[in-house]
Amino acid sequence: MTGSVVRIEPVPRTRGYPTAWWGMVVLIATEAMVFLALLSAYFFVRAGAPAWPPPGVSPPELHRSVLFTVVLLGSSIPIFWMEHALGRGRMRQVAICLAVAFVMGAAFLANTAYDFLNMEFGLGDNAYASLFWVIIGLHAIHVALGLLMSATVQAKVWTGRVTPEHHVTPEVFALYWHFVDGVWIFVFVSLILSPHLGR
Amino acid sequence: MAITERPTDTETHELEERWEDAPGIPGFFNTVDHKRIGIRYIYTAFVFFFIAGALALVMRVQLAQPNAGVLSPESYNEFFTMHGTAMIFLFNTPVLAGFGNYFVPLMLGSRDMAFPRLNAFSYWIFLLAGVFLFSSFVVGHPPNGGWFAYTPLTSKPYSDGINIDFWGLGVIFVGISTTVGAVNFIVSIFKLRAPGMTLNRMPIFVWSMLVFSFMVIFAVPAVTVAAGLLELDRLFGTAFYDVAGGGSVLLYQHLFWFWGHPEVYILFIPATGMVSMIIPVFSRRPLAGYLWVATALVTVAFISFGVWVHHMFATGIPALALSFFSAASLIITLPSGVQFFAWIATMWKGVVRFSTAMLFAIGFLLIFLLGGITGVMVAVLPFDWQVTDSYFVVAHFHYVLNGAVVFPIFGALYFWLPKMTGRMLDERLGKISFWTMFVGFNVAFFPMHILGFLGMPRRIYTYDSGLGWDGLNLLISIASFVFAAGALITLYNAVRSQFRGAPAPPNPWDADSLEWSTTSPPPEYNFAAMPVVTGRHPLWDEPPERIETAGDDATTRALGVAGALDKTMPVSEGLDARPQDVLGIPSPTYLPFVAAVGVGLLFVGLLVEAAVIGVVGVVVGASAVVRWLWRTSENLS
Repeated sequence: MTGSVVRIEPVPRTRGYPTAWWGMVVLIATEAMVFLALLSAYFFVRAGAPAWPPPGVSPPELHRSVLFTVVLLGSSIPIFWMEHALGRGRMRQVAICLAVAFVMGAAFLANTAYDFLNMEFGLGDNAYASLFWVIIGLHAIHVALGLLMSATVQAKVWTGRVTPEHHVTPEVFALYWHFVDGVWIFVFVSLILSPHLGR
Repeated sequence: MAITERPTDTETHELEERWEDAPGIPGFFNTVDHKRIGIRYIYTAFVFFFIAGALALVMRVQLAQPNAGVLSPESYNEFFTMHGTAMIFLFNTPVLAGFGNYFVPLMLGSRDMAFPRLNAFSYWIFLLAGVFLFSSFVVGHPPNGGWFAYTPLTSKPYSDGINIDFWGLGVIFVGISTTVGAVNFIVSIFKLRAPGMTLNRMPIFVWSMLVFSFMVIFAVPAVTVAAGLLELDRLFGTAFYDVAGGGSVLLYQHLFWFWGHPEVYILFIPATGMVSMIIPVFSRRPLAGYLWVATALVTVAFISFGVWVHHMFATGIPALALSFFSAASLIITLPSGVQFFAWIATMWKGVVRFSTAMLFAIGFLLIFLLGGITGVMVAVLPFDWQVTDSYFVVAHFHYVLNGAVVFPIFGALYFWLPKMTGRMLDERLGKISFWTMFVGFNVAFFPMHILGFLGMPRRIYTYDSGLGWDGLNLLISIASFVFAAGALITLYNAVRSQFRGAPAPPNPWDADSLEWSTTSPPPEYNFAAMPVVTGRHPLWDEPPERIETAGDDATTRALGVAGALDKTMPVSEGLDARPQDVLGIPSPTYLPFVAAVGVGLLFVGLLVEAAVIGVVGVVVGASAVVRWLWRTSENLS
């Protein structure tokens, strides 16, 4: 094979995602498995229970939950907007969108905390209560982590560390935030909505 | 700009200066070099291997004779629990991750892993989790519920005290390390391949680490949840596994084995990956059926997620479900068989050189054959019901996990340690070590099959004489010391090589993959200029006469010596490995260590139920992570 010539041509950078973004994708896959395992546990225990929720326990409150579900899922909209604005270099919009999403997430978390402090049953009263609060609680921890990440990213935006050309952390944060919102749909439908169905 | 350029002497000097870690203690704690981290992984895992092995030897002394009094029943429980836990969580998994850490970037032709700081974090977590688990011996309360810690035995009413908490928290703790390691491998393997290294040109070991990582990502959460719910029950009084409160004990077993069975393949697949690297080199020909072997790895991984109930055949699950899982367990022999025949065909068509590494690979074949056959036997329901919880099962899983994983790891040591340390191991000592281990292994574990048929149950701390078990047990105990002696010879050989070993040339075995194109040990930056790959066997293939590059942009710059001088590495497109972007390699930093200490404090806080320590841990960990994000360079988009 003499005379062989190898020609290396770089692919344009605009295609594909940075490594950190892919890292977050894989991390999200494993996080999703955690929630899948917990929700499987929920339905496994539920399938073996004579009544669900157990006698004397009322099904989860619905109206306020729906309202704050809308708030949490809605917080993805400013994040989508932010991603759009990043590509166009509108850093002021980026900062505003991040702040709006932060407030919405914080409101959701406050509502969960309020519910937790006013729950009518104890964590260890029965398996229903344990499953309900541990899954909701784990999701709340994810929201709290998201808020911490958001705060860091916002600080980076304010101090000019994120520029129109260089913006990996906001992109990665956006992905995480969409995951936290998306997984809530499954948690909400399983834990809060489904006990009301067929009653 | 040509990328096959060699650095000039001044450039080499400058490269060394820029890539060098700080000397002494600071460099020890702040390094992010994948090679130093990989070696540490391997050494640390071997420390745990020898400790866990010593526990097994003490158990064998206890079982050598009927009604011996070496270990109390309580101590015996603690010993077999920690033996199994340490071997699975602290030796087998991390030692494979260690080899992966060291060699995956080298085999890919990259200058480091995709996330060097995360890599350091993963090691520190592993180390602290190991210390956490073994500190239970220091405080006198080691875990004692078996390595699988079945509830209700491990629930608070039946296992008071912090023994089980060490296990439950320790398993979650070390799982963090395995998971972030897997994230790192997946992204590195897809994004950091040398120009030309398409997916179907990757070395099989890289394939096996990719499959390992995907399995970790999808399986480890299940054991985290299993142990997490157990700890919530124990520490916070929840009712997940409390039947009186509507919980389920079977739930624990489902969650545990949903991880537990894939875990067998998580360990086994990289071990076969090592064998697939060693056999072709010492048969002087490419691996037969490369695509079949790569496909088999992926297939085994998929099927292994559908067989977990075969660990629960005796729990009273409906017969239809059992039949399904039995059938799935039998099917998994097909892709395993494909690999087996590929290895035989490689040797058949090649010219075999019986080096120590090759002996360990061939020894693996024989042991794996036996472990595989007994695996088929226990996949069959009626047979499983006869032998479950007997010594037959002990024999089976030691053939698989000790024989079929530890032998390849020892082979890998003889194969790759010269690359890591720059010193050759002694072949004569190696062969003595292999034969001692091989004979010791088979004489120790084969008779356990028979003991199982004779009715000897697992996990008993002693037995009466007159049951027909005495002679075999004595034989097993003696042989287990022979096996241990064989392993110690390799330890001696490795230590000796550092002082008296011959210097290792770059490619002592005339092997084909990219790690052998570097010096032994490789320079800090691995490759001054990126290698260009035109086939599956870069060092065996005819090198291209001329390499042309398109432009003079940043990506092209990163491919050459200039990129190494900048401390950058090129990022490639996921599938066809065309260079696409540039990634900066972070400077040494203490943040991973600090973050790991924070996580450690959180676990200690949970263990001793001291909220203050836990909160301090969270604050320390979170601050380190925020600082880490803060310093993350934004210059890549």
